[in-house]
Amino acid sequence: MSAERLLDIDDLRVSFSTRRGMVEAVRGVSLSLDVGQTLGIVGESGSGKSVTAFAVTHLLEAAGRIVGGKIRYRGQDITNATWKTLRSTHGAAISMIFQNPRAALNPIRTVGLQIADALSVHSKLTPGEARARALDLLKDVLIREPEKRLDAYPHELSGGMCQRIMIAMAIASEPALLIADEPTTGLDVTTQKTVMDLLAAITAKRGMATILITHDLGLAAKYCSRVVVMERGQVVEDAPPLQLFSAPAHPYTRRLVAASPTLTSTIADLVVDGGEALPPIVEAPRAPLPPGTPLLLEVQQLSKHYPGGITAVNKVSFRLARGESLGLVGESGSGKSTISRMLCRLIDSSEGDILFDGASIGQIKANDFHKSPLRKDIQIVFQDPHDSLNPRFNAFDCIAHPLRRLEGMSSGAALTKAVNDCALRVGLPLELLERFPHQLSGGQKARIGIARAIACKPRLLVLDEPTAALDVSVQAVILQLLDRLRREEDLAFLFVSHDLNVVRMMCERTIVLRNGEVVEEGLSADLFRAPKSEYTQALLAAIPHFEPHAPQPVFEAVPA
Amino acid sequence: MSTATLNHVGWVLRGNPLTAVAAIGVAILCVLAAIGPWIVPYDPIASNVAIALQAPSAAHWAGTDQLGRDVFSRTIVAARLDLMIAASAVSLSFVVGAVIGSICGYVGGRLDRMVGRFVDVLMAFPLFVLAMAMVAALGNRVENIVIATAFINLPFYIRFARAEVNVRRNAGWVESARACGDSHLSVILRFLLPNILPAMAVQISLNLGWAVLNAAGLSFIGLGVQQPTPEWGIMVAEGARFISTGNWWLVACPGFALMIAVLFFNLLGDGLRDILDPRMRT
Repeated sequence: MSAERLLDIDDLRVSFSTRRGMVEAVRGVSLSLDVGQTLGIVGESGSGKSVTAFAVTHLLEAAGRIVGGKIRYRGQDITNATWKTLRSTHGAAISMIFQNPRAALNPIRTVGLQIADALSVHSKLTPGEARARALDLLKDVLIREPEKRLDAYPHELSGGMCQRIMIAMAIASEPALLIADEPTTGLDVTTQKTVMDLLAAITAKRGMATILITHDLGLAAKYCSRVVVMERGQVVEDAPPLQLFSAPAHPYTRRLVAASPTLTSTIADLVVDGGEALPPIVEAPRAPLPPGTPLLLEVQQLSKHYPGGITAVNKVSFRLARGESLGLVGESGSGKSTISRMLCRLIDSSEGDILFDGASIGQIKANDFHKSPLRKDIQIVFQDPHDSLNPRFNAFDCIAHPLRRLEGMSSGAALTKAVNDCALRVGLPLELLERFPHQLSGGQKARIGIARAIACKPRLLVLDEPTAALDVSVQAVILQLLDRLRREEDLAFLFVSHDLNVVRMMCERTIVLRNGEVVEEGLSADLFRAPKSEYTQALLAAIPHFEPHAPQPVFEAVPA
Repeated sequence: MSTATLNHVGWVLRGNPLTAVAAIGVAILCVLAAIGPWIVPYDPIASNVAIALQAPSAAHWAGTDQLGRDVFSRTIVAARLDLMIAASAVSLSFVVGAVIGSICGYVGGRLDRMVGRFVDVLMAFPLFVLAMAMVAALGNRVENIVIATAFINLPFYIRFARAEVNVRRNAGWVESARACGDSHLSVILRFLLPNILPAMAVQISLNLGWAVLNAAGLSFIGLGVQQPTPEWGIMVAEGARFISTGNWWLVACPGFALMIAVLFFNLLGDGLRDILDPRMRT
C-alpha cells in the first residue's frame, strides 16, 4: 500500500535578481514527500536548501522569484497560490521553524500571547480559550511549569526553551507538514538532542510530515527516513540515510561524508580527493630542552568573577608544553571563551596567575599588555572569520597589521614579502590580497584570520572555535592547514571548541569544562574512548552519528 | 579612485539619480562660493539709490533692493559666507562630537553616563534659543556664530558616534586589533572611527543643510553677520520689510538659494550612505 503523497516538487527553479543580473539559487529541484514521512535536506551554505523551503512556504524575499517548475500539495498546484487560497482549501497546511529561535520570537510579547497569536490566525478564539490552548501546547512541548512560562518573555528563557516555544507555535495550527530550517544550529549539543528528540516524538505522534534542513549529516541520519543531498541548487542524491552514508554514490556526497568528523576519523581522512596537493609535512626539529626550562604555559587557579556574583571561570589550572595541542571543550557558559581571552590578555583575571615561559603575565593589566614584548608570542584566531576582520581593511592590511604594530615594519618591500609569505603559508592566493572581507568566501576569510595570527611567529596560538562558522568541507581543509602549521612551526595550540570530534582529532590532550570548572582532563585518545565523568559521557552521547554502525537512537522526549 | 570604486559610485547613482542631481547641485554651490565674487555682474555692496527697488529685468535678473544693489549678485556672493559658516560649524561639531562619542561608546561606564546626562541637559534647551544666547554672550561676530552652531549640533554627533561605536566595540575585529598590539586609543582612532565614518557622513550632509538654516536664522534676527555684508539670512530679513509693498523679489532670490542648499545637502546625505558603505560594494 503506497502512502498518500503530500508534497511534490517538480523541477523547481528559483532566481534572485541581483546587481549582476539574475542568479539561479535553485536549479531544477525535484523531490517528493509522503504523509507522515521525515525528509532531510543536507548541503552546505549556498546549496539552495533553505531557498527551496522558502519557495514551498511562500516566504521568498522580494528579490527571489520562482521561475519554473511546480510545487504540488496533496495534488493541488500551489506554486503561485496565495496564502489565502491555500488556507481555505487546506487549513494550516505547512508550518516552519527557523534557525535562531530567539530572533524569531517577538522580544516584547510574552510567549503565551505569541502562541495565542499563532492560534488566532486560524481560528476565532476568546482570550481565555486561546490561553488554555497555549497552555496545552506548552505541555505538549514538555516545558516545565507551563503556567508560569506562559507569561515569560523570550529573554527569560534559554535557547532550547525558545525553540520549544517555536515548535509549540508551529504545531498550534495542526499542520500536515513542518519544515525545520536548521532548528538546532547554535544550540548546545545536549540541548540539540533534547529539542530534536522532542520534535521527532511530536511529529510522530501527530502523523506530521517533516522536512529537516541541516548541514549536519548526523542529525539527518538520526532523525530522517530519507535524505536528499543538495549542491549548488541541485539535488545530487536522494536515498535512505543508511544507504546514503554507507555507500554514497555521488562524488559530492562522498566528499561531504568524508569531511564530516566522526568518532574515528583522523585529520588526514577529512579530505578525500580534489583538494590541494599538499607537500609533505616537515616536522619542526625539536631540540631537547635544557633542564630547568619552564613550561610554555602554566595556568594557576585562574578565576573570573563578574559584578553581581557571577563566576564565569572558577579556579581553573592547566599546563601546556611547547608544541603541544590542548583542547578546551564545553557548552555555552562553560567559560571556555573567557579563559581564552584571559590567556590572550584581552581581559583581566580576578584571581590566579598565568605563567608564560616562566614569566608571570597574569599580573600585567590587559590594558597594558599591548606594550609587552610577549604580545606577539600569544596570538588568537577568532570564531567568526567575517566578524574578526576589519571591514575597511583589505586582506593585505589585515595580515600586515600585526607586522606593522608588533614588528615595527613600515610599508615597503619587506612588509609586502612578509605578508605574501604568510598568505602562501595559509594557502591564500596572492591575488586575493587586494580584496575586502565582504568580497571573500568564509574559507578565505578564515585563512586570513590564521595568517594574521601567525604573522609574528607566535609560540602559543589560541583558537577560539576557528571552524564553527564554516561548512564542513571548508572546515576539513582549515583543520588540515592548522595541524600542518602546528607541526611545521612547533606552535602550541589551545583549541577551544564545542565540537568534540574536532577536538579529539586536533588535540593530544583535552580538558572538559562545565560552568567555569574543569570536569575532566586527560589524553584525548583515552578521554573520548572511555570518559570518566558523567557530564563527558552525556556530551559524547548527544552527538548524532551518521556512520552506519553507530548505535541506533531511541527517541525519548525530555522536559526542559 | 580605482575602477571598482567608480563602478560602485556609478551603480549607486543609476539606482538613485536624485543623488547625482544633489551632488551636482552641491558642487555648483561650492564653485559659486569659491569664485562668486569674480563672476557676478555687479558689485554686491555698491548702492545706487537711483535704481532702488526695481523688479527683475534683463539687467537685474532678480531685481534690486532698497539701496539699488543687485539682489542676484548679492545672493551668489553670499553663498561663500553661508557655506563657510555651515561647513566650519559642522566640521567642528563632527570632530569634537565623534571623538567624545566614540570614547563614551567604547569605554562605557561612568564616563558614558556623565556625558550622556550632559547631552540630555543640552538637548532639553530649545537649541536655537541656546545659540542666540551664546552669540549674544560671546559677542556678535561670525566666529561666534560658528561656535554656537557647532555647540548646538554637538549632542547629535556625540549620541550618534556613541551608538555606532557601541554596537561595534565587541566585534571580533576590535578584539583582534588588541591582540595585534593596539592600545584602546589606537583601536578607537584607527579602527572604530573609520568604520563609523560612512554613517557619520550621512549625518554630516544632513547637518550641513540644517547649519546653513541655523546661520541664516541667527542673521535673520540680527545676530552675527552685519550689514552690508551679503548673507542669505540678512537679505531675507531686510526684504521681509518690503513684502507688504509688493517687492517680493528681495526675499525670493535668497530664500530660494537657502531652500535649494538645504534640499541638496539632504538629498546628498541619502546617496552618500550607499556610496561610502564598503559592504554595499561587491
